[in-house]
Amino acid sequence: MQVKECMALTIEKRLGSITVGIAGCGGLGSNCAVALARVGTGHLILADFDLVEQGNLNRQYYFLDQVGQQKVEALKNNIHRINPDIKIDAYPVMLDPDKIRDIFQECDAIVEAFDRKEMKLMIAETVLIHMPHIPLIMGSGLAGWGNNDQLATRQSGNLYICGDESSETSDVLPPLAPRVGIVANMQANVVMEILLGKKGTIC
Amino acid sequence: MFLIAGKTYMRIILNNTEEEIIANTLTINELLRYKNFTFRLLVIKINGKLIRKEEYDTAVVRDGDNVVVMHLVSGG
Repeated sequence: MQVKECMALTIEKRLGSITVGIAGCGGLGSNCAVALARVGTGHLILADFDLVEQGNLNRQYYFLDQVGQQKVEALKNNIHRINPDIKIDAYPVMLDPDKIRDIFQECDAIVEAFDRKEMKLMIAETVLIHMPHIPLIMGSGLAGWGNNDQLATRQSGNLYICGDESSETSDVLPPLAPRVGIVANMQANVVMEILLGKKGTIC
Repeated sequence: MFLIAGKTYMRIILNNTEEEIIANTLTINELLRYKNFTFRLLVIKINGKLIRKEEYDTAVVRDGDNVVVMHLVSGG
């Protein structure tokens, strides 16, 4: 078999058998989930309590006719329009430590995609203390525009953090599609690297 | 640890960079002040172990320790 075929089959086979949790389905979570769906991730677990609002459409993977819908249901529908074979569990809940442990316990990786930093700290503490064997891929620092080269990934054990770790959203520094999308795709890229290994090592 | 001009220094790794600090030991809060870390929400590990916010006044950084400080800011 040629390397190209082997690679395609191996990626499909490896990713098809994995489960990734998406904690929050806003700008980071919706775009990261779609990227993971497009590469054939077998099972996604989505959690978010919120509804789609018109203001979300500047960066989140929803459409105008979905305004008012539960985000997890709208995202499930959008992903199934890309690939109907992906198994999706959609939880319309506000996550707390107990729900995180319950909903994401079987995941091969968890993507932190909350908006508020207090929630980011809450999931970091929950996963690092109670589920330390599961890689947690966080997003921190993505507001505004430009400064591509400030966006980076740092790793400490099973904890990964993508972003510039400084630009916080505010009235003068909104979250916008390009930079949020970059960080969301960085998170998806880290998930692939963890689960497939580094480039060129699987065939 | 080592002495320079009568002062005790410790050498730690902070975010992958070697740092020499004039002290025998420091608590996490002392280290944050010393390094002027002003972010309110952080993920901090000493030698790979998570230090919770409630422990910042009691968790101690010693000579040879590897300390990781990650910044959490809102946006997603």
